[in-house]
Order: sequence, then structure tokens, then C-alpha cells
Amino acid sequence: FSNKVKFSLDPMLKKRDDFEDILEERRNTSDLRYALRCYTPALYKGLTPCTASELKTMVLQSDQLLYVINQVSKETGTATDEIQSEAEAILEEMAHRLQLSTIRFFAFTLSKIFKTLFRSICVNEEGIQRLQQTIQEQPVVLLPSHRSYMDFLLMSYILYTYDLALPVIAAGMDFMGMKIVGEMLRMSGAFFIRRSFGGDKLYWTVFSEYVKIMLKNGFAPVEFFLEGTRSRTAKSLTPKLGLLNIVMDPFLKGEVFDISLVPVSISYERILEEALYARELLGVPKPKESTSGLFKARKILSENYGSIHVYFGQPVSARSLAEGRVDRSQFNLTPRHIPRKPSEGIQDFVNDSAFRLVRSQEENMVLKPWVLLAALLLQNQTAGNKLGVLVEDLTEQAVWLRDLSRQFGAFLHWPDHIPPSRVVSSSLSLHRSLVRVSEGRVQLNLEPELLSKAVVVLSCASYRNQVLHVFIRAALLASAIHSVAGSRKQEIFNAFSFLRNMFSNEFILRPGAEVQDFEEACYLLVKSAVLQVHQQEVLVTDRGHRTLAFLTSILDPFVQGYQMVCRFLCEEATESLTEKQFVPAVRKFFIKHLLTGELKYVEVLSSDLQKNALAALLRLGAVQKLRGGANEGTLKVNTVMVNSLEDTLGGKQDFLFLIKNFK
Amino acid sequence: MKWNGWGYSDSRFLFNKKGQAEFTGKRYRLSGMIIPGLKDWMEGTFGANLQHKTQPVLNTSAVQPPMLNEAFVEELKSTGIPFSHEADDRVFRAHGHCLHEIFALRDGKIGRVPDMVVWPNCHNDVVKIVELACKHNVCLIPYGGGTSVSSALECPPEETRSIVSLDTSQMNRILWIDEKNLTAHVESGIVGQDLERLLNESGYCTGHEPDSMEFSSLGGWVATRASGMKKNIYGNIEDLVVHIKMVTPRGVIEKSCQGPRMSTGPDIHHFILGSEGLLTAIIKILYLRDHEKYSESLIDMQKLYHGLSSIFTSFLDGLKKFYITKFKGFDPNRLCVATLLFEGAREKVLQHEKQVYDIAAKFGGLAAGEDNGQRGYMLTFVIAYLRDLGMDYYVIGESFETSVPWDRVLDICRNVKARIIRECKDKGVQFPPLSTCRVTQTYDAGACVYFYFAFNYRGLSDPVHVYEQVEHAAREEILANGGSLSHHHGGTTS
Repeated sequence: FSNKVKFSLDPMLKKRDDFEDILEERRNTSDLRYALRCYTPALYKGLTPCTASELKTMVLQSDQLLYVINQVSKETGTATDEIQSEAEAILEEMAHRLQLSTIRFFAFTLSKIFKTLFRSICVNEEGIQRLQQTIQEQPVVLLPSHRSYMDFLLMSYILYTYDLALPVIAAGMDFMGMKIVGEMLRMSGAFFIRRSFGGDKLYWTVFSEYVKIMLKNGFAPVEFFLEGTRSRTAKSLTPKLGLLNIVMDPFLKGEVFDISLVPVSISYERILEEALYARELLGVPKPKESTSGLFKARKILSENYGSIHVYFGQPVSARSLAEGRVDRSQFNLTPRHIPRKPSEGIQDFVNDSAFRLVRSQEENMVLKPWVLLAALLLQNQTAGNKLGVLVEDLTEQAVWLRDLSRQFGAFLHWPDHIPPSRVVSSSLSLHRSLVRVSEGRVQLNLEPELLSKAVVVLSCASYRNQVLHVFIRAALLASAIHSVAGSRKQEIFNAFSFLRNMFSNEFILRPGAEVQDFEEACYLLVKSAVLQVHQQEVLVTDRGHRTLAFLTSILDPFVQGYQMVCRFLCEEATESLTEKQFVPAVRKFFIKHLLTGELKYVEVLSSDLQKNALAALLRLGAVQKLRGGANEGTLKVNTVMVNSLEDTLGGKQDFLFLIKNFK
Repeated sequence: MKWNGWGYSDSRFLFNKKGQAEFTGKRYRLSGMIIPGLKDWMEGTFGANLQHKTQPVLNTSAVQPPMLNEAFVEELKSTGIPFSHEADDRVFRAHGHCLHEIFALRDGKIGRVPDMVVWPNCHNDVVKIVELACKHNVCLIPYGGGTSVSSALECPPEETRSIVSLDTSQMNRILWIDEKNLTAHVESGIVGQDLERLLNESGYCTGHEPDSMEFSSLGGWVATRASGMKKNIYGNIEDLVVHIKMVTPRGVIEKSCQGPRMSTGPDIHHFILGSEGLLTAIIKILYLRDHEKYSESLIDMQKLYHGLSSIFTSFLDGLKKFYITKFKGFDPNRLCVATLLFEGAREKVLQHEKQVYDIAAKFGGLAAGEDNGQRGYMLTFVIAYLRDLGMDYYVIGESFETSVPWDRVLDICRNVKARIIRECKDKGVQFPPLSTCRVTQTYDAGACVYFYFAFNYRGLSDPVHVYEQVEHAAREEILANGGSLSHHHGGTTS
């Protein structure tokens, strides 16, 4: 296989592997024997395994740590051995204690649980073979998508099943609150990091040395979530760069020949936390992770959560990512044990790599037919269709959308050997908590009360969101065409750039790739006979209108949501509004307008959308966050600019005007 | 001397009728010996096959007729400096020892060669030649030992002027020795081994011993900032040279004194040292060292610890081999050998020896004795002959080196070796390449690392191009990992 990163423009050419259900064997053979079987994974070449305490010693004696301890001692006047023992304590709190016996325990119990919860757990075996090969050749970083608490136990379970080296996993400290479970997770390979440790040099050094030493020596694959936290919306989150910076470092400094980054896409047909997430997004506070809470989740066990697909992507070599982009000789001029802030060029490189990796996670997410149905049902619902849609009509629409998404390269698991009507009805029945079918008509299972209605809508949106990455570029282009009066390509591109810029906190859009994204969108829409793109002009074909309408309306809730956030900031925001108060205040404002019917998309109640909108406005400089003193966190609104953004989003104002005024 | 390979015509590796590897001639300790491990090593490492042999083509008729500058030739005649435009004289001086040069020669491909060769006899001859060359618009390429590995002897194919090779071989005298100041005045064409021999006769040495010292010249060392194996005791060429006289098209450059150091800068020597043959003939003076205790205090030893060297054991004498592999439990395939040469006054040598043995013992190493050390030292001279043997069997390769800070030595070794292997695979090399390295010089702030890279090129249409691509990638990797472009491989032309 090739180590080169390839992002082919033609999605139809994307070749993906077949899946194999690992639960099938579990249903036929003894779980106990499985949990106790001989486990002999292939290791990194020439590796001499190392015990947890040896590892700790290596960290505590590393040149980097000793340097920082001396530095901190000089700065604070504290004795070095005191700082040394502080470092030891940090490491004690952090370190994993991977034990095979715990893994075996999980292998047994999880087998039981998985079999009750899921119909199947499908894994691409070729991906596993690639991984097995890679583990022997290079230090490996596993980068799974993060949608559920299950993710990392599931990952370790799969790796155990295939006799692969068990990973060590970066986990948030909040898990540690769950006494026994926290320790169990630690013994299954989790290591815990504080959520924020801002300027704490010592903590950062212990942490980064711990990760680097494990990685460099190939003691175990290092696993972490690029998105930093579970995505409550099923959309990929803007990647966090801290850990990626750390794992890239040994390669950039020449301490290893290469690092393999393996994106893993985990797609759940039904997410365990479905309703939980919706409530959280609506402002019902997140339950603190506690052991008793987990047991309450037992009622979940009685439900059917369909299947899980886990796709181990093509390993991406850090070396090929850096080729032609990074001049590694910049690291030759300072001793490598002296911590240095990465240069701007390196930061850009890591950021760009992170986006590429998240995008390849997205691309290998398996989409179920239900995802398409959710998109269609949401559109029907906001179109004001009170009676619901006829099952036959929904099926027709679904088949149309199936073909479209395939043209766009979606990784759709639509069983072609089953008649479409059966596919639709079985999807509907798996998600009967969200939809109701009566007298041949389907609609969302909505209650009159707004918040309960919103729970269902947001749950539904979290399925639709899974397909957004397939359409996002084309949808931005469709909206741009829609908002520009003429057909001049340059104007359309300007509008596209504006929207892309506006929504780059909402979707995975690689910084600086606007021309590439525009071309990709054009390419897809020309190929599906929606557009004709000429030198100067972009024309819509007669057949194209249906697709354009679909694409525009898939983006519409976001456009309206952002517009309303702008309106809120202009009309209601007080002088003293702080970042903390922002979400509750916006929510109140939105509820008011939803009740009057002025606002039609219930899903804008999602705090995720509201926060992303604020982040975008902060990024664009339309809102400023004050720092320091009594005003800490207060939002200062540039009303003229926010107003102007709102108008532009609403198509009331020329994009060029905005670009001219705020560049 | 060979015209299309390394070294003396009578000395070469070959596989005799019994299929055993043998080193011919009488010049080296290894000469006439059978090397039992070599055949297996060639087959095992490269997938080379003794049935697949390449045949060097000899074809001197392919040499272009000389393009002479008549006016230059006429005036040169009047000076009485000898010259020639015979084809074989010109071809012999048209190349150094880069892989692509030797490969082309074996292939019978002869490109642009000098049109004429001149043999100045002294400094003044050089001054005259340079003057005439300027007057008549003729190119000069200085030629010393012909061991360049930096393409410095290659004639530019697009050159339309007449090219004259200035061979310094007749300027090979020691003009005087100054015992009070321990310096000597030596002409630039003297070859390393002659210089050492002549100095030894007077009880002195320079201690400058690059691998190529049998053939390379003093002028070449200066032009390429050469480094020798004994540099830890005697220093590199820049430490040895006190004074240089250089003839340039704009006149002769030299310092006005022979003081050992001066604060006025920049030092004019730094423009001359390492200028890679762009400058003309060089004459100089060297430090001399007390040679008295030299012969009796030469002691060698082998330090062994984990690492790699498979041929080594085949050179060990039986009992020693048994002791090392069976009794001490060293795996001959994972054995690391260091050849160390101790030289100087007796007390100093003993003291150094003890220090080194103590370090070796600390890491589980042991001394393998002087005899093996002598062989190891001699091997460095013979190793250059191995490339010609490889080329007989579709194996091409070369060495390249770098200097790098200590903390990066292991990283650079690993990464460059891995890069070579990966690039070979990407470029379609059918057999796993040889990609190996060793530390050859040490400094307080770092070390010189020497890489060997070779592969079996059967199945490739343009092996030299592939070779150059891989070497280029390897150099990029060296630079990315904090190494220098080169440590001493200007090679030694003049």
C-alpha cells in the first residue's frame, strides 16, 4: 500500500474495504474462552517491552523534564527535589496501568453487553491488516472519531479481538470521578489528562514526555480523539491540536523515522446517548460522570441499537504530510530538550494535517439509509407538512437522495438487494422513538410542547448531520448561487467564500482551501448535471433545480440560526452580556421567536450552533471578548458589522460590500 | 593504475575458479588471501549472483580528437614544459571516482575529455601555464591523484574552449625541512604515501592519513579540506597547513610570514581550503611531529559490543573466533567492531589504551588484540576495491558522510538508513539495498558518520539515475536531521 496521502477529487473512485461482523463469532463460541485465549500481538520492530514503572522512570529522567524542573526551580525559588516530587505526583495521577487481566475482564463483559445492544459490529478487515503491518514498522497513533463513551472501550475490544497491540488512550480527567470505573479504565490502558492546564509548564512537560516516550519507543499505539470531546451533534468537531502537536514532534525532530497516523471512523446506527445529547444541547445540564449514573443507564440495555461500523483508514505518514511543507532543519539549531513554542509554520502544518485527518475520518463514516430519511423528514417537517409524507413519496425521495449521495462519494450502506420500500420501513422501525407511521404517512414523532419537540428534532438532526460532510461544499455553492442575482462566476465565488468563512466553525473546512473547495463543489455539481461551469459564468441546468433546492435547504437552518444570533446581538444584547450568559439569553430569544412562528427551525435551539455562531463572530471581529478586570468575558458587539453580516446572510446585501468593508 | 576502477592494476577482488573470493597482487596484507565470507555476503546482502556478471567494455577509439588552441600550444612549446594530447593520457585524467564516472567508463562511454595534458615541474612552470591560459583563453583543470568524488575533474560537455589538464605529479618534492620550527616545504603534487615515507626517513611524519592516501595528493587535500583517520592526534588538514602559495589567474597569493596563527582576519587560507579544485596549484608547509616512538608504540585493539559486522568474524583467527562467539556469546551477525589506533609517546599510548579499555569493559566489550586491529586498519584501504567487484556483479554503491552533533548521531543513522531503504523501494530497486553506517571520526561537539549504500541494479534501465536520486534523498534526510552536507568528501583531486 502507498504511504502517500491522496485526496482524490473524484469521490466515485474512492475504493473502500468490505466489512466483517466480529459479533458473529461471539454469538457462536464461548465468551469465556475468548476472554482467556492466548493473546500475542505483533509488536514494533525490535521492541523490548517495558513495565509501567520503567516507563515512569524514563519520563522522570528525561532531559526535557529535568530541564524544565531546573527552569521552574530558578523561576520560583522552590527546591528541585520538591518540583521533582510534584512531577512524580502528576505522573502518578496521569499514568495508565494497562493490565491484560482487566482487558480480559472487559473482553468478557463487553461481549455480553455488545451482543444485547447491537446487531453487529462490523470492522474492515483489510484496515486491520494494514494496521498490523504498520504497528510493526512505525510508531502508530490511532485517531478514532468520537461520538460516544463507548468509543475507546470499543477500540480496545476490537484490537484485542484481532490480536493487535493494545493502545494507551488519552482520556479526560472527568472519568476519574467514577471511582471504580476510572481505575478499571486506567487498567485497560487509559491515561488521564486535566481538561485545562493553561500555563502549567511542569504539567505540560510531564504529559508530553509521557506521550512521546511511549510513542517513540513503540511501547504501544497512542490513541486520542482529535475532536477533543464527544460530538453531541454527530458532526465532526474542529480538531484540537495539543496532542497532535505532541505526537508529530518526535518525527519533526528526527527522533523517529516516521509516525503513522491512522484515522478510524466509528459510525453508530443508533447512538446510545441520542436523547441525552439532545437534552444537553437544549441546556439540560450534563450529568456528571458517576458510576451510579452508568448503572442507571442499564435501561438502555433493553433496546436495540442496530449496528456499528468501524473503519480503520489508510495510515497517513507524518513524513508524507510534511514533505515539501516543513523544513525540518529548523529544529537543528536548538538543543531538542529545550521546550520551544512551535513556529507559526509548524502550527499551520499541524492544523492543516488535523483537518485532513478529520476529513478522512468523515469520509469513511458509514451512512445508514436512516440518515437520508432523517434529512428528508426534517425538510418535510419545516416545509409545514402537518400530515406527514406518504411512505411511497418518502421512498421515492430517498432513492433519489441515495443516488445523489453516491454520486457525491458518500460511504452509504444501502442494501441494494432489498426493495427500497423494505429498506425504508425497516429504518423507520429501528428509529420508532423518533418517527411515527400512521395511515401510510410518516412524520416526526413531535409533541406539541416546544422543548420535547426540540428533543426529537435535535435527535433527528444528529442523524442528518452525519451526511452533511458529503454535501457541505456543494451546499455552500448552491446557497451562493441562490443568493447572487446573476450568474457571474466571480460573484458566486465571492459569495461562496463568504459563506465558507462564516461557517468554518460549524463544518470541517480546511483553512486556506477555499479555491480547492469551490472547484470540488463545481466538479460535483457539473458531474451530477446540475450546473454548467464556464470561464466566466455558472449556469443552472433545467434538471438541476431539485438538487439545488435540496442543497440550499440542507444549509438553511444554519443560515437562519446564524442570522438570528446576529439579530439577537443587535437587538437584545446588553452592555454587560458575558460569554457565559450568551447561550441562555440566545435560547430565550429563540424560544420567543419560535413561539411567534417567526423562526421556523426548531433545531436552532442547539447550543452547539449558537456557540459556533459566536465563535465565528469573534473570529471575524464582529464581537470582541473583553479580558481582565470586572469586565472579564464581557462581549462587546460591533453592531454595524453584526448587522451587516446578518443582512448578507439574509441575501439583503451584496457580499462584495461586506468583503470590502471588513477585510 | 587502473583507468576504469580503483587503485593499482594488479590489486583487485575476484572470484577464482573455485568460486572463492580472492584479493590479487602482493601489495596489501590481504593480497593473495582467500576471503571465505565474501561470496555469501554478496549473495545474501545484495541477492547478487555469480552467474550474472557485467563485462566492462574497453573502447578508447570513442575519444573525440583533441581541440587544440594552436597559439597556446606554440607558446607552451617554447617554455619547454612537457605536454601530451594522446588519447589515453587525456581519458585517464577526465574523471575522478564518482559512481557515475566509473560506471560510464565501464560502459565504454567517454564524454568530453581534456584536449591536452601538461606536466609542470615546479612552481614557476605553473605560473607560466596559468599566464598562457589567460592569454589564449584556455581552460585549466588541475589534476593530482585523480581520486575526486565530487565531480571536480569532469569536463563540462558544453565547454567550447580548449581544456588543458594540469597534472601536478612531477611536483612531488620536499623542498626543505625546518627542524627548529617543525615545518616542511612540500610541493603540491606529492602523493600521501610518498610524503609519509620521505618524512619517516628523516624521522618525522604529518599523521595525515585519509583512506585514499596511497593515491591522493597534498594539493588535493588542501583543495578539499581533507580529514585523515588519525585526526584526533594530528588534526585535519586545516590544522596541519601553516602556509599556502596559490597561483591564480590574477597573480600568486601567499601570506608574508609563517607564523602559526594570526588575529587579522578573515584568514586567506579559508578561501583556499575546501575550494574544490577551482583554484590552481598549491604549495605548502606542514607541521611535523616527533616520530621517535612511532613504531614501537603502535598498538591496536578491537572493541566489541552489540551492533553489526558480519565479515569481521571471518577475519578473526580460529581460537579468538571461538572465544568471542562461543565463550563470550557474541552473535557474529550482531557484532560491533571498532578499530582504534593508538599512536604517540609510550606513556600516552598506555594511558589512552587503559581509558578506552575501561569504557569498553563498562559496556561489555573486549579487546580483540593488535593483529585484528592491524587487519581492520588495512581494510580501510582495501575497501575501495570492493566497489569494482560489486560492479562486476550488477552491484553499484558509494559512500557518503556527514558530521553531526552527538545527540543526533543515533537518530541520523536510523533515519538515513530507513530513508535509503524506502527510496530504493519507491524507485523500483528489485533487491533490498545495503544501507549501513559507522562513526569514523569523533570531535568534542559531535562525530563524523560514514554511510555505505549499495544495491543490486538488475532490472533497472537507468541504475545511475536511480542511484543519484536515492543519494540525493539520503542527503536531504541528513540535512533535515541536523547533519552537515559533508565532513571530508571533497575527495582528493587537486
